[in-house]
Order: sequence, then C-alpha cells, then structure tokens
Amino acid sequence: MREFRYERAADPAAAVALLAAAPDGAFLGGGTNLVDLMKLGVATPDVLVDVRELTSREVADLPDGGLRIGAGVPNADLAADRRVRERFPVLAQALLAGASGQLRNRATTGGNLLQRTRCGYFTDVTKPCNKRSPGSGCGALEGVHRNHAILGQTIAGSDDPATCVTTHPSDMAVAMVALDAVVRVLGPDGEREIPIAELHRLPGSDPSRDTTLRHGELVTAIDVPALGMPSRYRKVRDRASFAFALVSVAAALDVRDGVVRDVRLALGGVAHKPWRASAAEYVLRGMPATEASFAAAVESELEAATPLRDNAFKVPMARNVVVRTLLDLAGRDTERELA
Amino acid sequence: MRITTTVNGTEHEVDDVWAGESLLYVLRERMGLPGSKNACEQGECGSCTVYLDGEPVCACLVAAGQAIGREVTTVEGLATEGELHPVQEAFVEAGAVQCGFCTPGLLVAAHDLLERVPDPSDLEIREALAGNLCRCTGYEKILDAVRLAAARQARP
Ligand SMILES: Cc1cc2nc3c(=O)[nH]c(=O)nc-3n(C[C@H](O)[C@H](O)[C@H](O)COP(=O)(O)OP(=O)(O)OC[C@H]3O[C@@H](n4cnc5c(N)ncnc54)[C@H](O)[C@@H]3O)c2cc1C
Ligand code: SF4
Ligand code: FES
Ligand code: FES
Repeated sequence: MREFRYERAADPAAAVALLAAAPDGAFLGGGTNLVDLMKLGVATPDVLVDVRELTSREVADLPDGGLRIGAGVPNADLAADRRVRERFPVLAQALLAGASGQLRNRATTGGNLLQRTRCGYFTDVTKPCNKRSPGSGCGALEGVHRNHAILGQTIAGSDDPATCVTTHPSDMAVAMVALDAVVRVLGPDGEREIPIAELHRLPGSDPSRDTTLRHGELVTAIDVPALGMPSRYRKVRDRASFAFALVSVAAALDVRDGVVRDVRLALGGVAHKPWRASAAEYVLRGMPATEASFAAAVESELEAATPLRDNAFKVPMARNVVVRTLLDLAGRDTERELA
Repeated sequence: MRITTTVNGTEHEVDDVWAGESLLYVLRERMGLPGSKNACEQGECGSCTVYLDGEPVCACLVAAGQAIGREVTTVEGLATEGELHPVQEAFVEAGAVQCGFCTPGLLVAAHDLLERVPDPSDLEIREALAGNLCRCTGYEKILDAVRLAAARQARP
C-alpha cells in the first residue's frame, strides 16, 4: 500500500479545499470499497479526507413528499428508515439486497453510489485493465466475463484502449436511477445538482472514468422526489444472499383500469452504469398491463443487447426478471395502495 | 499517528500507527486483542466482526484513523468477569465450533442479532449471519446455537 495521510476536515467546504490541493487524494466514506482497493494496490491515494462523519447523516423530508438523504447516511440506516420503506420500497429492498449487515452498517450513501466495479481484472494489478491502467487492454473481453455487461459496452478488441465490458456493482444506485434521484455535489467551484442518470457513464472511449464527477467534488446529499406508485427491487444472484447481482431490476408501476399509466424501469448487472430502460418504459405507457405487454416492452429494450461469449444467459434472465417484477406490481392497485 | 480508542470499556492509546493499518490490525497487533480474526481482509468473511460505536462492522476495512475517539467492542468484551455470554455458551454446547476461525465474528454477529431481534426466525438468522462465512461446520450447528441462545434468553 502506498503511504498516505489521513485527514479529518472541519466542514464540507474544508474537505473540498483539502482535496482540491491534492490531485491524488480521495474522499473516504465508510471505506468498505476504498480501503479494500488500497490494500490491493488498485487505489493509491496520497491523502484520504474522511467525510463519513462530515456529510449529513440525516434523512430529511422534502416539501413534495420526497426525501433528502445525506451522503453520510449509512446504508443500514437508510434501509431501515420508515419513510423509505413506506414511500420507496424499491430503495429499501435494493439496499438490503446488497452486501452484508456488517458492511451496510459501515457503508455510506455517497460511497455506495461511487463504489467501483468488481471486475476481477480491475482488482488484480497484475492483469491488463483499461479502467485501472488506461491503455493496458481489457482482460475480461476474452477472459472471465460471465458476470459482465450485455449492454452499452465498448468492444474494440482486447488490446484496444477503449474496450471495457464491466458492470456497475451498486444495487442502491439502480433503485436511485429508477427513482429519478438528483445528486447534490459541492466542488471547488460551488454547488451543483446532477440528475442521477447523468452521473454514471458508459465506458465510451475512456473506461477509466466511472462517473461525470470532477476531482474533488463531494457528494453531499441525494434527493429522491416523490414517487406515487408501488415499487420493488428484485435481484438474481449466484447464492441467496451476500453476492453481487447477475441481473437486477428496480421497477415502479402505476396501473389504473388495467392500463399502464406510468412506469419506471432500471436494470442492474447489465451495464457499466445502472441501465434506465427508457425504451421499455416508452413502449409500455398506455398499454394494457398484461404479461404480453411487459414482455414486448422489455424485449424492445434488450434488442440492443450485445452479450459476450459467456454471458448470453443474462438476456433471457433480464427479460424474465422484468416480466415477473412488473406482473407482481400489476397485481396491486395503485389507488388502494396509496390511499 | 496516535490512536485513542475505547475498547471493551477501557481507553487504549497507541502511538506511531501507520495510516494504512486497519482497525483489525491495530486491535490484534498493537492492543494485544487477537480474538478478532483476519482471514480475507476484504469484507467477505466476517471473521473480523467487531462492534464500532455499537454496530457490527468488518474491522479489516476500517482505516485506523476512523477509529479515533470511537468505542469498540470485540469478542473479548462479550464475556463479563470470566463468565461466558449466553451466546458463547450456546456455541460451545451446540458444537458450533470446529476450527474456530469464524467463531469470534459469528459470536459478535449473533450477539447483535439477539439484541435487536430476541426471537428470530430461521430466515432472520440466516440473513443476519450472511456476512460470516464458515468453512467447517456447514452452518447447521451454528443455527442450532443461535436458536438455543434465543430460547435461553426468552426463559432465563
Ligand atoms: C464483500 C462485499 C460484498 C458487497 N456486496 C455488495 C452488493 O451485493 N451490492 C452492492 O450494491 N454493494 C455491495 N458491496 C459494496 C458496498 O455496497 C460498497 O463498498 C459501499 O456501499 C461503499 O460505501 P463506503 O461508504 O464504504 O465507500 P468508500 O469505500 O468510503 O468509498 C467508495 C468511493 O466513493 C468515494 N466517496 C465516498 N464518499 C464520497 C462522497 N461523499 N463524495 C464523493 N466521493 C465519495 C471514495 O473516494 C471512493 O472512491 C459489497 C462490498 C463488499 C466488500
Ligand atoms: S471490463 Fe473494464 S474493468 Fe474489466 S478488465 Fe476490461 S477494462 Fe478493466
Ligand atoms: S477479515 Fe474482515 S471480512 Fe474477512
Ligand atoms: S469453524 Fe472453521 S471456519 Fe467456521
């Protein structure tokens, strides 16, 4: 592990200033991802600015019925919050589907959003990986990639510096994307708000960048606007608990008189970012809430899939998980649930 | 770096801690508390589970500096005055210990579960212990131990 300094700052502005002066520094939340990556030699910050106790640990009500979630709120606390469980079951379920109790106690909302990929080539410094070591190639394209992406990858050959086929590992972020959350950020140039769909990126020609955040920008809170329809999260993994998603879905569905009035759909485990299934949503609005419509919608989304040698199983898996989840939600009457 | 942390009710002060040490390392190698085990060092196995400010965490992923001024309880802190905690007794009686490497972490996790949920269902036990891996027992005896401790707790 590289030598580094550990710093606690007086307030968020001071933390941002500390990092602005340290081009190789990093914020530290719960450390459940960053400390791991430092031990592995994958992350080599020279300064750690601890923000876990600095950013808010509060979940506050917004006037519209939404919630402002402080970046320092532990994953376990957020999942247990009564308002989250009542208004945004999809979010509580996604959090509880992630990691273990010990890790959720420690992990923060901000850190969860910005956790890095679990690709085995990324975490092994002896292997080629464009994300960790730009230009070194992509070990996963021809290697072990059973749990990699099926949508939006950059596939240009193992030696090409743009190639990256990995996924974003967060469950919580998938729910946040379905919920149209807004990420509040404090940087050297002041505050800004980023719609969460614009936070995580596809690899494009630069797989080293997971997000559109600039160096030294501190996530201070995440706003989740009111939803007004039933929602849920469903995750398929290799064992019943404590494993990353093969495929997951965050869904919300508003059905009135048998017709889909509104729908939100995001997929996890399928792309470099949480995948908002906009094509499927578009197809579904105004359609009868039937298995046939749900299947047609998700199939239109998955037409764009470009599975790898060993992960084509994810395409039918995603289809089936989405259909099942929407059917579950369609069995519930929106007006009665919200009364 | 100097680390001042309350561990099992006693304030410990350690000097010259390197920032890259984990809380687990500080407990085991600097404070003489080898109860918490280091196995994966990656948050995967739970053998390093300790209470940090009252909540079970993986000590292997807590940077030493993050423990400054905090309260830690390790497996060594579960017994009082030489008397094993009922959860510990139940593990012994149920035969939930083979090589014992996972045991300290499981004890802390099971202790926490029974504090929060006095009468857990099997599903609740499984989920609460999902972050603790055991390579020996096959888990059945561990489940027995937690059920036993819960039953004893209900009828002391
Ligand atoms: C064994 C294991 C299993 C896991 N399983 C799952 C799973 O199934 N599903 C899942 O979703 N997750 C899983 N996780 C990942 C876990 O959810 C993350 O490690 C955790 O959420 C990260 O939060 P943290 O606060 O510890 O982040 P840290 O490790 O502290 O930080 C992560 C990153 O975010 C940055 N950062 C932190 N806070 C801020 C901030 N406020 N502003 C700007 N940048 C910030 C850091 O610089 C770092 O780059 C697992 C982890 C482990 C170790
Ligand atoms: S898929 Fe991405 S993260 Fe994995 S080896 Fe290739 S470039 Fe690296
Ligand atoms: S040693 Fe900490 S979880 Fe395995
Ligand atoms: S008893 Fe050996 S690992 Fe659990």
